[in-house]
Amino acid sequence: MGQGWRGRDLISIRELDREAIEAVLTRAKEMKADTSLLRGKVMASLFFEPSTRTQLSFATAMARLGGSVIGFSGVEATSVVKGESLRDTVKMAERYADVIVIRHPLEGSARYAADVAEIPVINAGDGANQHPTQTLLDLFAIERFLGRIDGLHIGLIGDLRYGRTVHSLAIALANFEGIKLRLISPPNLRMPEKILKEELAGQVEYEEREELDLHGLDVVYMTRIQRERFPDIEEYEKVKGAYVLDLEACRQLKPEAIILHPLPRVDEIAPEVDELPQAKYFEQAAGGVPVRMALLSLILGGG
Amino acid sequence: MPEEELKVTKIRQGTVIDHIRPGLAPLVLKILNIGRGFPESVIVAMNVSSTKFGRKDIVKVENQILDEATINKIAIVSPQATINIIKDYQVVEKRQVVLPEELIGIIRCPNRNCITNSPENVPSWFHTVSRSPVKLRCHYCEELVEQDEIEIYEG
Repeated sequence: MGQGWRGRDLISIRELDREAIEAVLTRAKEMKADTSLLRGKVMASLFFEPSTRTQLSFATAMARLGGSVIGFSGVEATSVVKGESLRDTVKMAERYADVIVIRHPLEGSARYAADVAEIPVINAGDGANQHPTQTLLDLFAIERFLGRIDGLHIGLIGDLRYGRTVHSLAIALANFEGIKLRLISPPNLRMPEKILKEELAGQVEYEEREELDLHGLDVVYMTRIQRERFPDIEEYEKVKGAYVLDLEACRQLKPEAIILHPLPRVDEIAPEVDELPQAKYFEQAAGGVPVRMALLSLILGGG
Repeated sequence: MPEEELKVTKIRQGTVIDHIRPGLAPLVLKILNIGRGFPESVIVAMNVSSTKFGRKDIVKVENQILDEATINKIAIVSPQATINIIKDYQVVEKRQVVLPEELIGIIRCPNRNCITNSPENVPSWFHTVSRSPVKLRCHYCEELVEQDEIEIYEG
């Protein structure tokens, strides 16, 4: 299993079918620290903009498998400020490393890096476009806590228009059977029509709602609503208040439901919700390490 | 011959692009790189009546037999366009335009934050997802572009 992963890039969730996704999730479940697996391998971590969880979990994953990490976070101390092109930075990194992990503010930058580089490239976020390892860890959390992905009723809540995590997750879920999506957002932050029509229609059953109705859901996937999406501050305050998951709202939850969030959260999940058995977002984030260990071991072919 | 056809002078030799969506002849000229310095005569007719489509545009390029790759780019803006190759005032060949699988450096990605719109100097690259209606996906930022959103680079 997972043979198809050796030496490949991971740029977009759109290029993964069910088999490829399951190969990663299965490997992640079995993953144990083993510093002999990627001994001597080097990961170039090119973070053109800073990130906390993604960068740290990739570095941790590499360390637990015995490999090492070179790279940068933020461009201040690099040749990029001297005007070095992305192409040249990638060309240089591929001569030092066995795999490149890249985060860059421009959409399409990761695909471009993969086209330029001979070695595998993993996209750790290209602007508002894709962040496929986040989606894999979301799926890993769902399968880990609920034992399956097929047949689940999943609520995606908050900013469904600009949020890349919800776009990617919805597209990935279209690979599974019997998925029902409840898309809950204010009218100006609806899931883009192109994703609904071109990528979800006929693959998953979905409904759109404005009110925070959590009844019957197996998974509640919360996202942050950003203030800059609203021209009017009063409108923002009103909407923000309507999409807060507090203890009162959680009374609608089934006992076996789970609450996920890509983090960082601001105030869309009240702190007291952290104590509920359904709150799984910190464990979801912890899954970032085994998922990235699984990916690195599959791609670098260490076994 | 319908009366409208007579408004547009016949050419002796060259290529006639017929059934262009009304109003889009200027885009076709842009795609064919016809502008200042173009050495041949070009006849453009806009909004003439068409039995098939009601209205249409026509472009006639004298003394040039356009190659298939060039012709097929016309499908980006006008998938129903037809091509007639003319010799001695006679149509010697009729062709349909076929949207190519890949379009490189022709269309501007409408996503302003796409790497192809940045100083990184990366030419645009689109994959054809659907020919009718026209739907293209950016190779880099994955933006899905529909017919009405297509913007051709200035020549």
